[in-house]
Formats: sequence, structure tokens, C-alpha cells
Amino acid sequence: MHKIKITLNNEKRLVDIEPHEILLDVLREKLGVKSPKCGCDRGDCGSCSVLLNGKSVRSCLILAVEVDGQEIVTVEGISKDGLSKVQESMIDNNAFQCGFCAPGVIISATELLNNNPHPTREEIKEALSGNLCRCTGYLPILEAVENATKEGNNE
Amino acid sequence: MSILHDFEYYNPRNIEEVLQLRAEYRDKTRILAGGTDLVVQMKDNIIAPDVVIDIKGIEAFHEITFDENILFIGACITFSELIESEIIQRYFPLIKEMSLTVASMGIRNRATMIGNICSAVPSADSAPILLVYDADVIVRSASKDRIVPITEWFAGPKKTTLKSDEIVTGIALHFPERKHAGCYERLGRYSGEDLAQAGICILAFDDDQYHVACCAVGPIPKRLYHIEEFLNGKVIDQNVIQEAKQIMLNNIFPISDVRASKEYREHMMGIMLERGLMKAVSRLHGGENA
Repeated sequence: MHKIKITLNNEKRLVDIEPHEILLDVLREKLGVKSPKCGCDRGDCGSCSVLLNGKSVRSCLILAVEVDGQEIVTVEGISKDGLSKVQESMIDNNAFQCGFCAPGVIISATELLNNNPHPTREEIKEALSGNLCRCTGYLPILEAVENATKEGNNE
Repeated sequence: MSILHDFEYYNPRNIEEVLQLRAEYRDKTRILAGGTDLVVQMKDNIIAPDVVIDIKGIEAFHEITFDENILFIGACITFSELIESEIIQRYFPLIKEMSLTVASMGIRNRATMIGNICSAVPSADSAPILLVYDADVIVRSASKDRIVPITEWFAGPKKTTLKSDEIVTGIALHFPERKHAGCYERLGRYSGEDLAQAGICILAFDDDQYHVACCAVGPIPKRLYHIEEFLNGKVIDQNVIQEAKQIMLNNIFPISDVRASKEYREHMMGIMLERGLMKAVSRLHGGENA
């Protein structure tokens, strides 16, 4: 048994884990954070994305024990003080239907806008290329990210 | 789905400790860097190590350096770090071009180039670039250090010549002194998560010498020496390209699988050779430092 300490959505959390436990499962089952979803479970679909030290990663491909002492942000953290600009824009553009991919898409879009507040359409496509959506055909999602950047002042 | 077996996890802070663990537990160990291959294989129960050694705590493995025309890429350098590195952008833009084709951001933020060649899948995107630059794989064990030329690294699909007590500390590439330029052509079904259906890397020098290497069209990524021999000393024109395409067909051995048929791969490799040669030569004459 390992005791790991992480900063999850700006809160210090301690959790006991076995080395074989996957970060995604620990976040959902032991730490009560439900936004990262298990889709493909092998890094292809992006629905389990979280920000690890500011970078989007696949939480289904990381052992929980690896992130001891590190910082994780999920959608719960992004919307702690109200919805972010990109989240608002997703609603305004009716970007999601079932919503299963939404947390992963928002994580990828947040990382993109943090690094590049005014991305081109191509850059948006590239940043979201690892997030699969089976409902909308992607266009409303891309438009939502684009619209979020047009108004400036990204959060 | 979780990993169904228990293992010991070590997170050493120095190389000696890693080497000691490798020497003691040998093939019962697995090295963990980005984990984007390892964790999938552990979930699928394809491999079940007793000991997992996480090497991300070792500072020296996070270095990219460029000294006396030698580029060193440490074992824990991710594809995202390669893309962002000023050294890479300035001296080895081909590595950036290739890294951008690897999966998606969420994978590139974690996956490492060294991990890519240690997994040694036939479609490894890193391999053709390392092959055209004659890269050296830097290997250490508790008892000795050795340098493995990349041409002797791949032993078969998912097999390398690394021994069970060894680890890779990094890769070294020589910056060619002659003027040169290159390109990486990669065939995939879509951007995002997809393995290469075929890949070819070309490095052209201004004395009409060429290095050509491929991936995903045979059991291991390799240099295409027969094509190089034919091309060397020649100025690229349509006749040369057409003849090189014929030589290509006798030197690649693709299979049909879920991603593409053998025939499609053979056909496309000819087209990619043509595109690649044109692009590399045009970059060479455009004065790009690639």
C-alpha cells in the first residue's frame, strides 16, 4: 500500500492506493471526481483526460502511484468558480449531445487556450484531434472553441 | 478495466538504483516512462512484470542537450518536449515534424521517444528519423556501458537488442556537417490516435547523397540501402524517381492488417518516396536547415 499526496482541483488530498491502481479509477472511485470518463480505456478516445501539472494527459494510462506530489485539475476544478468561457461557449453552441466526451474536450480546449489564446481553426482541430465524439460530428465543438476565443479574455 | 496483477513499484532518484533493480530482477522488471504503451499492455495482461521501475524521477533523463554537434535526447523526453525544444526546432526540425504526427496532444504530453523505440512496434514513428541520422542508442547496465547503432537496435516486431539488465539512458544524434534537408512522410487514416500505415524518412545532402528509412512496411523499421545506392550521386528527376520506386518494391515487405492492405502499402510507399524526395530536395535548395 502506498500513501500518495496530490493537489486535486486546488485541494490537498491523501489517498491509499496499490501500485496497480489506475489514476482514472482512483479519481472516480476513491476521490469522488466523476468528470473524467472511461471510454476506450486504452488512450484512444480522450474521455478520461485530466490536466496533470497543466498538461492534458490520459488518466486511463497512468498509475495513480506515479502522480504522488503532483497537481491534477479536472472539469470540477475548471468550473469551481463558475463556468469558464469555453464551457459557456459549449452551451451557447449546443456543442454536445450525450455529453460523454465533454469533460475530455473541455480539458483539451482549456490546455490549448492556456497556451495559445487565439488559435487558428487548424490549431483547434489539432488540439482536439485526440478527443472522439460520436454524436455531433465535431463542427459545433470546433465552433464553440472558436467562438470562445473570438470574445477574448479567456479564462 | 484495471491491471489484474500485483507488482512492486519503485521510483528511484538515481541511475545506480535503477541498474541495481534491473540486475537483481532482470526480465521480471519493466521500465516505466510515459506508460502509454506499458500500461495498455499490462491492462491487456500481455506483460505482467513483478517490478515496475518508474524512471521519471531521474533528472538526467529529462535533458535535451546539443554540444559539439551532438544532440542528446534523455530517456524521459516526451514528444511534446521535443516539439517545444528550441534546439530541436533549430537543428533537427525533422524531429519536430515527426513528433507532430504522433497520436494526439494528450499522448504526446506523456509518451517518450525512447519509449517508442523500446516498444519497437514496426510502425514506430521515431525510428525512420533516427535511422537516417545514424543515431546511437546509449545503453547502461550495472556492469558495463555500450552504444548500440540504431541499425542494430530493432530485432523483430516489439523486440530490441536490449538485455534484461540494461536500460536506455538516451539517444545521440550527430548533426551532419554537410548541408542537408529532409522530410518525414507518414500515411495514416486520420489525425489523432492512429498508428502509421506506412512511413518514410528522407535526408538529402547537397553532394547528391541520400539517406532513406521506412517504418510499418516490414517486421522492423530499417534503412533502404538499395534505394540509397541507386540514388547516390544522382540529381532527382522523374526518371530517377520511377526507377527508385521499382527498387522500393523489392525491398519492403508490408503485411495486410486492420490498418491497410499489403498492396495499398506498397503502392503508397512509391508515392511517398516520390513526394518525400521532391520535398527533401526542394527544402535543400530552399536553404532550410533541416
